[in-house]
Amino acid sequence: MSEDVLLSVKNLSKTFSKPLGLGDKFANLMGAGRKPETVRAVDDLSFDLRPGEALGLVGESGCGKSTVARLIMGLLSQTSGQIEYRNTPTSQMSAHDLLKIQMVFQDPYSSLNPRMRIGDQIREAINVHNIVPKAERDAYMASIFEQCGIDDSLTKRYPHQFSGGQRQRFGIARALAMQPDLVICDEPVAALDVSIQAQIINLFMDLRKQKNLAYLFISHDLSVVRHLCDRVAVMYLGRIVEQGPVDQVLDNPRHPYTQALKASSPKISTGKRNFEPIRGEIPSPLDPPSGCHFHPRCPKANEQCLREMPKPQRLSETMSISCHLAT
Amino acid sequence: MSNAAQPAQRLAFKDTPLGHFVADFSANPIAVIGFVGVLLVVFIAIFAPWIAPQNPYDLMQLDFMDGNLEPGAQTALGFTFHLGSDNQGRDILSAIMYGLRTSLSIGAASAFIALIIGATVGLISAWFGGRTDTIIMRIVEVQMSFPAVLIALVLLAVLGQGTEKIMFALVAVQWAYYARTIRGLALVEKNREYIDAARCLRYSQTRIIFGHLLPNCMPPLIVIVTMQVAHAIALESTLSFLGIGVPITEPSLGLLIANGFHFMQSGRYWLSIFPGLALVFTIVSINLVGDHMRDILNPRTRGQ
Amino acid sequence: MSETGPMSEMILCVNDLQVEFPVRDGIITAVRGVDLMVAPGEIIGLVGESGSGKSVFAKALMRILPEPGRICGGSVTFRGENIATMSGENLRALRGDRIAMIFQDPMATLNPVMRIDAQMIEAIRAHHRVSKSKARARCLEALQKVGIPSPEERLRAYPHQLSGGMRQRVAIATALLNKPDLILADEATTALDVTIQAQILYEARKLCEETNTALVWVSHDLAVVSGIADRIAVMYAGRIVEDGPTADVISNPKHPYTRGLIQSVPEECDHGKALHQIPGLMPTPANLPKGCAFAPRCEHADNICLLQDPLVSFDGRQSYRCHNPLNAAQVQEMSS
Repeated sequence: MSEDVLLSVKNLSKTFSKPLGLGDKFANLMGAGRKPETVRAVDDLSFDLRPGEALGLVGESGCGKSTVARLIMGLLSQTSGQIEYRNTPTSQMSAHDLLKIQMVFQDPYSSLNPRMRIGDQIREAINVHNIVPKAERDAYMASIFEQCGIDDSLTKRYPHQFSGGQRQRFGIARALAMQPDLVICDEPVAALDVSIQAQIINLFMDLRKQKNLAYLFISHDLSVVRHLCDRVAVMYLGRIVEQGPVDQVLDNPRHPYTQALKASSPKISTGKRNFEPIRGEIPSPLDPPSGCHFHPRCPKANEQCLREMPKPQRLSETMSISCHLAT
Repeated sequence: MSNAAQPAQRLAFKDTPLGHFVADFSANPIAVIGFVGVLLVVFIAIFAPWIAPQNPYDLMQLDFMDGNLEPGAQTALGFTFHLGSDNQGRDILSAIMYGLRTSLSIGAASAFIALIIGATVGLISAWFGGRTDTIIMRIVEVQMSFPAVLIALVLLAVLGQGTEKIMFALVAVQWAYYARTIRGLALVEKNREYIDAARCLRYSQTRIIFGHLLPNCMPPLIVIVTMQVAHAIALESTLSFLGIGVPITEPSLGLLIANGFHFMQSGRYWLSIFPGLALVFTIVSINLVGDHMRDILNPRTRGQ
Repeated sequence: MSETGPMSEMILCVNDLQVEFPVRDGIITAVRGVDLMVAPGEIIGLVGESGSGKSVFAKALMRILPEPGRICGGSVTFRGENIATMSGENLRALRGDRIAMIFQDPMATLNPVMRIDAQMIEAIRAHHRVSKSKARARCLEALQKVGIPSPEERLRAYPHQLSGGMRQRVAIATALLNKPDLILADEATTALDVTIQAQILYEARKLCEETNTALVWVSHDLAVVSGIADRIAVMYAGRIVEDGPTADVISNPKHPYTRGLIQSVPEECDHGKALHQIPGLMPTPANLPKGCAFAPRCEHADNICLLQDPLVSFDGRQSYRCHNPLNAAQVQEMSS
């Protein structure tokens, strides 16, 4: 393991299973052999993140990208695999060390405590963990607010008195106050209006420059990831299908799914766009297709895709792809 | 980067959650009437020793010669029995004031103690889930499958009479209701992102449960406490009426009704009717307030 | 703003429409005089951020405003009749037949306890005397048109048995059943994934072209709208601030807000560069600034903008409400 890896995720898997009902348990007693319904939300996922690097995790709903965020934060525990932060498994880290990994949530309306003044929520975190000495706390908070573009006089208000963009600034400020090295951003701009989205994206970029933050930026929006990230990993039904530098993956996608995703992403255009979108729906994760998960929608799928799950293969130092057809 | 800047304004009271509540509440005349009723009842209960015309339980102040007087009757000394007197010459108005004091304090205190116990149990049940939750909720369900009066009767039959014993019985029948309610509220709040955010900030479980989860379960809970106080008062009156409630030295409204009940047939209606009206007034006032608080705090009946 | 000929040719003609909401401390005007013309078969993209009044406007066209909202001025002329003053009975005959609506949440139009075929057949038979079997055949045809695989099976399903994308397709198929003249789609693809969104946009446009149905596509997403619409109307603080053919509005915006919206979207070429941002927030209808509503956020605003509300200007292709419309040089600066 090289020294300069901040976060390393190895063969991470998470399976959710619904416990058997009483009827099924009884049927099993009679020898029916019913199995609980399971969903492989995250399936054998591996990636690395270096200090100061921004990795985008892209995919559609149900692909497991939010589950990855919750696994890294320890909000869920993995079924198998490892999450290491600076070469230490996160499960063995102290609460204080774990503060170095923070999270910004999608919904700025529900990620702030509605019954607490906004300033108090940030102050509480600083006080509990004694981030800075008592005497410096006011100045520290003021500097955090300034960096996040928050007017100091507003901190006595409650979350419902703010717009979505302002609340997201508070969410970012709260994470930032913990002096993290890594911020997991779970769709942080998806709920915001376009003009506000631009403000928050700029804030993320400024903060990264100032503090050398690393981001794991989860989004369904290719253009946002393209703008903000150095590398990108594309997920489909719990697996990473393609991974590499943004300009290579998003400008010249090799995996048929990435190609479809790129073609489907809305772009500002001066006339009607003419293209035939890919067919079909995202299959239910309860019952994923055999072989390559993408084969039922893939225009190029062949016999092999139907039978065998493609292994990630390295195309270059930085690029990897899971597809039988990529060479 | 001044885009978050709005004109700096002082935070007005009307913009706090409490301020919204007060504004919505006072917009409804019936709720305000109920609230005034509750204030009146609480005022009488607290200040009964100072505002009651006589101390009905100081035998020195009672005169057998004034017994069984009708409402409005006046003694030779100029003392008016506005609501009549009982056979010992006790002023019924004063007895009601003292009775209210007993009823209300028992009702409020038992509801409050039951809240603390029930809330703690319910929060723990919701937070930890799994087996803890299953065991606690089975106990709650068993308890709630028996009528409250029955449980209280059995407990009092075993424990005997006394103010603290009836309070114990009232707490015992009420905690399960709180536990179940707060568990339901907490299960919803637990899955909101601000709880995840608190976990990401690596707060202790105690801090998350009591500092973040509990305050967000509070608004509906306050409504339930209010309603439960009325319920506890009614239950205590029932038990006292049945003769197994408060001791005879500190009669509550229920005991006053029971005492006067024997004389209904002989025409001395005031002995039972006035304490009964006082009881109804108290319970209706509290329920009016509770009902309207529920309407205001219910996100479904309240437009955003 | 009539670049496409006389009013009689228009399928929908909205003139100075105003919508207000009486609240406890006064009246909030959510739509402040909107003019919009829709020609038969035309696809209009109505873009605005949250709070711009675009949804209220769309609902006002169908007279399905949430309480206590009401139309307090202007007219909505649909095929020569004023919807704003129409009787309830005529309105019901129109809705779901000549005008159909698609919402963000398809469950708003689908009944969760009725099978798909029952609701679709009802939608036909509420307006036309057709036999059940004929109606069913039409439903089947409609489902095929919107690209639903194995439509026979879907007809027998309940809404909860379908995915979000499927439900939205069913909602669109239902809207198309009676071959309406106009469809209003309010954020119809916002809740869907991009690959599904692309499919629905593709089908919607194809169907409108085939059946010559006019479509008003309301969305917050300029990129989505620019890919489907013939004309774009941009809404800000209860008004349409710019309205014109898609190519002109995108490549040659006149209103600084439109330009701001275009620049806010990350593009391929400017990786890592700061995005152009419109400072501040949209004013709420309760406290609109004096003069132009956009002036406090506008870099070109001068004294007139702060004092006087701009009127509609028309330059032959686009109409706009701005005292200082952008010229070609200023637009050039945006793409460099």
